[in-house]
Amino acid sequence: MKDQLRPALTMLLLLTVLTGLVYPLTVTGLAQVFFPDQAKGSVIVREGKVIGSKLIGQYFDKPEYFWSRPSATSPFPYNAAASGGSNLGPTNPALIAAVKARAAVLRAADPGNDLPVPVDLVTSSGSGLDPHISPASALYQIRRVARVRKLDEAVMRDLVAQHTQGRQLGVLGEPRVNVLLLNLALDERR
Amino acid sequence: MTMNAILQVLVLFIVLLALAKPLGWYMARVYEGKPFVLDRLFGPVERAMYRLSGVRPADEMNWKSYAVAMLLFNVAGFLFLYGLQRLQGLLPLNPVNLGAVAPDLAFNTAVSFVTNTNWQAYGGETTLSYMTQMLGMTVQNFVSAATGMSVLVALIRGLSRSTSTTLGNFWSDMVRSTLYILLPLALLVSVLLVSQGVVQTLRPYQMAMPLQAIGYGKAMADPNSQGVLDEQGNQKTGPVVVSEQVLAMGPAASQIAIKQLGTNGGGFFNANSAHPYENPTPLSNFLEALAILLIPAALCYTFGLMVGDTRQGWAICAAMMILLLSLIPLGLWAEQRDNPLLAPAGVDQQVEAGLSGENMEGKELRFGITQSVLWSAVTTAASNGSVNSTHDSYSPLGGLVPLFLMQCGEVVFGGVGSGLYGMIVFVIIAVFVSGLMVGRTPEYLGKKIEPYEMKMAALLILIMPIIVLGFTALAISTDTGRSSILNPGPQGFSEVLYAYTSQGNNNGSAFAGLAANTPFYNLTGGLAMLISRFWLAIPILALAGSLARKKLVPPGPGTLPTDTPLFVVLLIGVVVMVGALTFLPSLALGPIVEELMMRG
Repeated sequence: MKDQLRPALTMLLLLTVLTGLVYPLTVTGLAQVFFPDQAKGSVIVREGKVIGSKLIGQYFDKPEYFWSRPSATSPFPYNAAASGGSNLGPTNPALIAAVKARAAVLRAADPGNDLPVPVDLVTSSGSGLDPHISPASALYQIRRVARVRKLDEAVMRDLVAQHTQGRQLGVLGEPRVNVLLLNLALDERR
Repeated sequence: MTMNAILQVLVLFIVLLALAKPLGWYMARVYEGKPFVLDRLFGPVERAMYRLSGVRPADEMNWKSYAVAMLLFNVAGFLFLYGLQRLQGLLPLNPVNLGAVAPDLAFNTAVSFVTNTNWQAYGGETTLSYMTQMLGMTVQNFVSAATGMSVLVALIRGLSRSTSTTLGNFWSDMVRSTLYILLPLALLVSVLLVSQGVVQTLRPYQMAMPLQAIGYGKAMADPNSQGVLDEQGNQKTGPVVVSEQVLAMGPAASQIAIKQLGTNGGGFFNANSAHPYENPTPLSNFLEALAILLIPAALCYTFGLMVGDTRQGWAICAAMMILLLSLIPLGLWAEQRDNPLLAPAGVDQQVEAGLSGENMEGKELRFGITQSVLWSAVTTAASNGSVNSTHDSYSPLGGLVPLFLMQCGEVVFGGVGSGLYGMIVFVIIAVFVSGLMVGRTPEYLGKKIEPYEMKMAALLILIMPIIVLGFTALAISTDTGRSSILNPGPQGFSEVLYAYTSQGNNNGSAFAGLAANTPFYNLTGGLAMLISRFWLAIPILALAGSLARKKLVPPGPGTLPTDTPLFVVLLIGVVVMVGALTFLPSLALGPIVEELMMRG
């Protein structure tokens, strides 16, 4: 047993250096060379200021913006320093109540819109940082945003269509709309 | 199930099968010490490591020395990781000044990573410094996987050698697994992941000025950090406006690549593979799911080559594949059914153009139902345990799929190395059962299966249910255990059952509503992980030692062929019977009763 002690300690030390330092630093180096923007978080810069990331959702509740999905991060929604989901089960009364309340808020913000509320717009994501909504959820909100911004609904439809990404490589994932990029495009129209 | 869902499942498994053979062939060369291109690059490193640690790789070990070396290495790894977490506050590369990890949490997390479980009672971005993630987590992601692969290779040598007392050299198997297999694959996968947007930086967290500020009610506290209550005894809140978004960053890609390849699963961030910086696109999701299954599937082919009959490897691979593919449709169907309780809210749950439908609570939109369910099955079949959606929010039957896949004993692909050695135990039991039926001495690959082998095999399939069900019963019958539960009713029971099933099988995924960061769960869970890893690995090595000593006998007319479809069916039957008979009562108390209540 004693004769195995030296290899055990030395091997741990050597492998720690190799896989814990050399490997991540090599990857960091390669990443900076080949994909510098992605490696640093795909941030969006406007007028020299970082306003967010293409990959991380933001919270919106003003009527002139498209709203993101609900977020269960703590202590406030879309807290990108503490990701997480609600973990509420499908029969949990707290989930049912939350969904009802969110649907009610959406309806109150757009009286007369009697389309059914798309499910992703009233359920929170696993990360709490989901940057996307479904195309159906974007279409659902067009009426409200168009009314508040005094824009033509047809123009809005075009804008949403431009910001709709299909399945990746035609097969993978789901069609989706990036809420932050869509809202940025809206703001930049002015 | 939509056409696209079927297509996405098929694409994953076709690519997996196409890669399994070349990788399996390469790994067999590595373990047989035959040179290949990477020798030129890593050969000098390998030899230097042996020189510095005084290892003579040609010195073969018997099963006891092999087990001692494996244990010593793991104990050293555990102590180092525990110490690192306790001291991280004093160490560099800690941009947000995270303090020492609490002792019970550090114990649980160290055990978790050393045993290849990667259960997360901690939240990555709020608990661990960059230094701890790199020197601690990333390292154990490599070496715990390499440990599993080494034990498997020892078992394979036990099966393929005739009247031998030795099983190879642990140090050389472990170093070669790391240098020639895990490291190159991890380098490749991490760069691919960065291309999709996974972060890889040593800079501190990034501040951003979002388009719109967030107003929320912050819990008020007095100067002693005690909550302030109003007249009704509720927590008082004060309005706060947040006008900054702090984007947590870090060297994530390098860790995520190996966390998937090594079936580890511990996330860099709290939300694990649901976090957009860990898994930003459907393509990154595909690559990561593929990485989870890649080595376990390829090892089946390696096994076939090393025992001199590739059909034996394919037979095991087929059994695993059939088990997994038959459970995925159940998950997809369950998650794409309406939740009847949401109907009164006027919510559109249809699967239609522009809407992936149904149970989206806890799921990311870019993955939708299909990639989420596919992942939940893949990550629990292989003992990975990373999650791209919160399993706790799955419909009852949707949550049953990952739970049952773990309860099969993590042998449906399973952990790298550990899955296949677990499956070989089931093969031995299947051979024994069929031997009883026809009244002949059971044998496998020319080795007679005798009472000693059966004792070890029985030990192996009994330990896991005892820890899983024993700890679940303990937690559920104490106030301490019950107080961590989030969801009411049968779902609460499922949370506890899932926690011990996951840790007792070294998986690491969770019904994460359970507040698992308490001394009770940290300690009992840590014990479950230790027992299930090492009380399995040691009997496996004993089994390997006993098999190696036996003579190889040529197959006779009474030998049951173990490479036929009939045997594949028999093997599946044994896995399902053992898993189902043991766990059906507990499943009935959790997901099954909840399903009945939900649909009334």
